[in-house]
Amino acid sequence: MKYIDEFRDGDVARGIAGAIAREANPARSYHFMEFCGGHTHAISRYGVSDLLPANVKMIHGPGCPVCVLPIGRVDQAIRLALEQGVTLCTYGDCLRVPASDGLSLMKAKARGGDIRMVYSSADAVALAQKHPEKQVVFFAIGFETTTPPTAVAIKQAAALGLKNFSVLCCHVLTPSAISSILESPEVRQWGTVPLDGFIGPAHVSTIIGSRPYEFFAEEYRKPVVIAGFEPLDVMQAIRMLIRQVNEGRAEVENEFSRAVDREGNLKAQNLVAEVFEMRKQFEWRGLNVLPYSALRIRSQFAEFDAEKRFSLAYKPVADHKACECGAILRGVKKPQDCKLFGTVCTPENAIGSCMVSSEGACAAHYTYGRYKDV
Amino acid sequence: MTDSRKPYIRPLDIKHGHVDMAHGSGGRAMAQLIEELFAKYLGNEYLAQGDDGALLPATEKGKLVMATDCHVVSPLFFPGGDIGCLSVHGTINDVAMMGAQPLWLAAGFILEEGFKLADLARIVQSMASAAKEAGVPIVTGDTKVVERGKGDGVFITTTGVGVVAPGMELSGNKARPGDVILVSGTLGDHGMAIMAERESLGFDSPIVSDTAALHGLIAAMRASGAEIHVLRDPTRGGLATTLNEIAKQSGVGMMLQEKALPVHPAVNAACEFLGLDPLYVANEGKLVAICAENDAEKLLAAMQAHPLGVNAAIVGRVHEDAHHFVQMTTGFGGKRIVDWLSGEQLPRIC
Repeated sequence: MKYIDEFRDGDVARGIAGAIAREANPARSYHFMEFCGGHTHAISRYGVSDLLPANVKMIHGPGCPVCVLPIGRVDQAIRLALEQGVTLCTYGDCLRVPASDGLSLMKAKARGGDIRMVYSSADAVALAQKHPEKQVVFFAIGFETTTPPTAVAIKQAAALGLKNFSVLCCHVLTPSAISSILESPEVRQWGTVPLDGFIGPAHVSTIIGSRPYEFFAEEYRKPVVIAGFEPLDVMQAIRMLIRQVNEGRAEVENEFSRAVDREGNLKAQNLVAEVFEMRKQFEWRGLNVLPYSALRIRSQFAEFDAEKRFSLAYKPVADHKACECGAILRGVKKPQDCKLFGTVCTPENAIGSCMVSSEGACAAHYTYGRYKDV
Repeated sequence: MTDSRKPYIRPLDIKHGHVDMAHGSGGRAMAQLIEELFAKYLGNEYLAQGDDGALLPATEKGKLVMATDCHVVSPLFFPGGDIGCLSVHGTINDVAMMGAQPLWLAAGFILEEGFKLADLARIVQSMASAAKEAGVPIVTGDTKVVERGKGDGVFITTTGVGVVAPGMELSGNKARPGDVILVSGTLGDHGMAIMAERESLGFDSPIVSDTAALHGLIAAMRASGAEIHVLRDPTRGGLATTLNEIAKQSGVGMMLQEKALPVHPAVNAACEFLGLDPLYVANEGKLVAICAENDAEKLLAAMQAHPLGVNAAIVGRVHEDAHHFVQMTTGFGGKRIVDWLSGEQLPRIC
């Protein structure tokens, strides 16, 4: 396919792999975190690590929207569907996230909950228009990429005067997650997570631009290279990170210049600012409660806020005791370090959220890479 | 003795009528539905017997194969076919993958109250032409009606019987290290056609289902004289799931070459758009063949010479592997597992 195949070309990959091998200093090692699940998925699906020298290691980051969704939020969505009888719409990835009482949205659907998979927030608005007798709730999750469409849906609903549409807003912010990792004792004090740089988000950066990462490069002296989600993008970004490390630079560089600029999509940013405001705090799976790390709906649009409309309280729920998703999301552990990995926790029977989405570190390793473990 | 009066006061209103509970009651309304709709289109000497079952001629020597398949597709009509022809092709293919010549089909219908007779007629006509084209008559059947809301328009179960030609012993447990893996054409056409239609994705160039009966293609493959070990149709779960089944049954591993996998550009684009992998998307007119190494080119040529195998390709090899992994050399130059499908394929978020 045009504009896709070019970024998956095996010959070009071999060329970049050769350059990486030449430029990487054999006397040291390089540890880079790919923030996004999209990168994790590309690395596993295309076998990118097979093309890297042994001293260049990738650490999977927390940028998988489904993986960082805490149990308590999925519980809220399930309760809305089962107890309040709403029609709950959400993206397909969310359906299998394990929640309390052995439930997931998919299992709640089998128990009679009216739970629908939608491809866009606009589908949920359309459903509400079509069924005025039903309360339709859009379970909105994701980083900055999925936030503008939710803002559009809320504005659409307001313009249409819909009385039966609301949003359970669980949108989270990328920079907060990066700070949390850089501030973690494993990175700052103990050095147990060696981190020489970041591959910065692709789609998120099309919205927020490259500017927000400049702080991390300057303040924490970590190079950031924003990269697209295709495997060649990832390879090229790794090469650029190696160069920065070798030259002692810590800058924000943009490999994904075909889609990202410094300022990002101002129209989308304004739209988001109009509809949403910062939450004081939000619980993330794996990263705990982070201050100013998520969005809520502004009071001006309160009637579309499902938390207010249905007086939802938030109750945090601890993960399974043996589940290492938290440590995996912080880069402290690898999927294969978890006792549950591949034994009781598999994609069919996910215990932790990293095993759910194909972007999750555990699911990606289980699905594409576990032959390396045997 | 001749019938002096017409059996039914007025004919079935196929154009405007709907299925109602009486059509499943076993009474006159049901008899009329069978006569004026099912028998009208599907009619053959066996159905005409009018008994509870079909009395069939004894077959020539050879083991019998029997296979059954339930069809619950939504939407009922999609680009390239409908539930009717699909239910005929699906079961013919299941019988044919066992190395058998399909002979007869039985069809069971579960109709939902309120279903349009016009749609039912369209479906039955489609079954009739698929059966006729395949040369496999539907010799017996059954109809039930469920209340509105308890079905999805129509469910069709078909059962097929066939005879295995002597010397044609196929099973998923016969793949051996060194064997070559072939597919008969582009992957994922049916699944993406259904998904595009179901979700009203409105792609510019419609993706067309590949639904087709494959016993003719298999006959051509047999005629090539190639030593075929396994035949399977990669329906639900796609090629990936089918190969994992075979790897497990045969106790072997497999290595695919991503670059060799035939995928229609439109299907590839749709999958890319939705974050799906064509290896896991359903096919209804494709087969996987695993054959002896030395016969692979001969078999490929025979497949490509048949209209349903024009895009056939050699896609990989069987090797020894105690873990029974199906792996793939990616076009990118790395390696990865091609795992079983887990749950349903769900579109990714971003």
